[in-house]
Amino acid sequence: MSILLDGTTRVLIQGFTGDKASFHAKEAIDYGTNIVAGVTPGKGGTTHLGLPVFDTVKAAVRATGATASGIFVPAPFCADAIMEAADAGVQLIVCITDGIPAQDMMRVKRYMLRYPRDRKPTLIGPNCAGVISPGKAMIGIMPGSIYTKGRVGIVSRSGTLGYEAASQMQALGIGVSTSVGIGGDPINGSSFVDMMVRFESDDETDAVMMIGEIGGPQEAEASIWAGENMSKPVVGYVAGLSAPRGRRMGHAGAIISAFGDSAHEKAEIMRNSGLTVAPSPAELGLAMKQALAKPTRRAALA
Amino acid sequence: MDIHEYQAKELLAGFGVAVPKGGVVYTPDQAVYRAEEIGGGRWVVKAQIHSGARGKAGGIKLCTTPEEVRAAATELLGKKLVTHQTGPAGKIVHRLYIEAAVPIRRELYIGLVLDRRSERVCVVAAPEGGMEIEEIAARSPETILREVIEPAVGMQPFQARELSFGLGLSASEMNQAVKAILGAYRAFRDLDATMVEINPLAVTETGQVLALDAKMQFDDNALFRRASVAELRDYAEEDPRDAEAAKHGLNYIALEGSIGCIVNGAGLAMATMDMITHAGGEPANFLDIGGGASPERVAAAFRLVLSDPRVRCVLVNIFAGINRCDWVAQGIIQAAKDVNVPVPIVARLAGTNVEQGRALLRDSGLRIVSADTLAEAAEKAVAALNAPHSTRPMREKEKVS
Repeated sequence: MSILLDGTTRVLIQGFTGDKASFHAKEAIDYGTNIVAGVTPGKGGTTHLGLPVFDTVKAAVRATGATASGIFVPAPFCADAIMEAADAGVQLIVCITDGIPAQDMMRVKRYMLRYPRDRKPTLIGPNCAGVISPGKAMIGIMPGSIYTKGRVGIVSRSGTLGYEAASQMQALGIGVSTSVGIGGDPINGSSFVDMMVRFESDDETDAVMMIGEIGGPQEAEASIWAGENMSKPVVGYVAGLSAPRGRRMGHAGAIISAFGDSAHEKAEIMRNSGLTVAPSPAELGLAMKQALAKPTRRAALA
Repeated sequence: MDIHEYQAKELLAGFGVAVPKGGVVYTPDQAVYRAEEIGGGRWVVKAQIHSGARGKAGGIKLCTTPEEVRAAATELLGKKLVTHQTGPAGKIVHRLYIEAAVPIRRELYIGLVLDRRSERVCVVAAPEGGMEIEEIAARSPETILREVIEPAVGMQPFQARELSFGLGLSASEMNQAVKAILGAYRAFRDLDATMVEINPLAVTETGQVLALDAKMQFDDNALFRRASVAELRDYAEEDPRDAEAAKHGLNYIALEGSIGCIVNGAGLAMATMDMITHAGGEPANFLDIGGGASPERVAAAFRLVLSDPRVRCVLVNIFAGINRCDWVAQGIIQAAKDVNVPVPIVARLAGTNVEQGRALLRDSGLRIVSADTLAEAAEKAVAALNAPHSTRPMREKEKVS
């Protein structure tokens, strides 16, 4: 299967009966996602979009065997919803909601430490576009039509910049194996490295597009990791070359406050790690096309 | 969200951090009254603006008579202070803090931040306070002490002792410092702060440990559950456009250039700015209209961007996922009709319902330059700066014909 989900993955939606959750759940079902249930506390026993609604994630998992959850719960209750999903044994938790207090996320990350490595759930987000494996399934808010099924993995902080990359690649005939939005918060569930590790060992992925932004150490860590460990080509871009220091650029995490936080510094680390850096955000697709045309390190070593 | 020094001290004092006697004032008369109430014969008159380095900018004055307090207050109130944190525009002083001046033996640095690497609260201490942590990190990084806090149990006293002894404090000073550090940590945790800085934490000639300056920043995402913090917001300290943006659920940051940007998604908004720069232009602002933007919100975004007199072209770049292009198009049309748009508009729509969105723009009777790609949009926006033409809505007569 693809790195996180495919057409057989049984998915539930938390905050199912809300407007946005309903809209995007319907889109996901139309796309082919195997959504099996929804959870809205207090609305258990009803049906919504032709699917059963449960009061708790545990009840939904017990009744349907769901292994993945998409969370659309409002921010004040979101940390609770993530922990509920983890406690119910959900293995892939995709949290779309933005605006979660940072200290809530700190506690969520601490809560996840109670699981041994092999049973630890994968949390994607919060404040992200979600996950899509084109032609198979999606949990998130992305427009499915801009992705062509293919062999390039995308990992991006920003949702819309991930769309931009996918559509530029689509225009050049390059398809996507899985696209993951890891979200724009200072503390997020999965890092760039977490996703790179999966793409490197995924036999449906030949190359990776990594799209970062200002703020935080994750882009630099992933660049260094990729330079040392990846056999597949990586094309990178870091948004915010013209962002002023000390101002929060929309995302809670997008702020230059420490050494190494700026887009220039991160792009420099990408280059020094041997990654291809796209010269502008309009050339993401082109840079990937050129990277794919070059003989891969794996081929060169073989 | 930022707050003033006096507000931070009041909050920290509530968590057991010792601070010198002081009070906020708004007039020279109040300043003198407050100084006499505090007593002691030595006072510091401190300008309250949301910025560090106030001393260097002349915003902090030591006074030894009530007359000097009056003179200092008269001088500072209404004065514009320019620091490296305020930018060249500076900030006007509307409030002063009158505080008992204490004889200082040592100045220490204490800071608490949400550390993104460990994803935990990190408490930082340094033996040479009074200067900024960046300066300490550059001059003597080996002196900086750190304790990372386990979120499940919170900061433990031994961690505060490690820091205090590491700073070279005596036993009695250590006890006071531990109380201050643990208090600052509890304030950080219980009030959803993202930063607490006590700089300096002073050891006085008489062996007291006092917070002489304090700075706190709060998580905007948590203000919904911190009403007592939220009400400390001082709108006079903020760009009025930021407040207007926040009211409509928009994220706006004014910049220096001439191409106004209206984009959905923070990453795409930054990339659009990058692309404008790449194409030889300069962005006038960062603006993220967020997810699920209604026509009203898009119209508000237009008004906001156009309120900047430097804007000579507006670039709209929407890649709709949670948004829908037809909504955005309706917003553009509504805004162009409500607001006089005296500059060219370049619009690039993509994603959900893109055909309907483009058709709406095409049939609107507005002169909007359409672009299919990010590169094309940026190039057309830069070109529009140099090619004077109008996108004012056509008159009713023109539309009919």
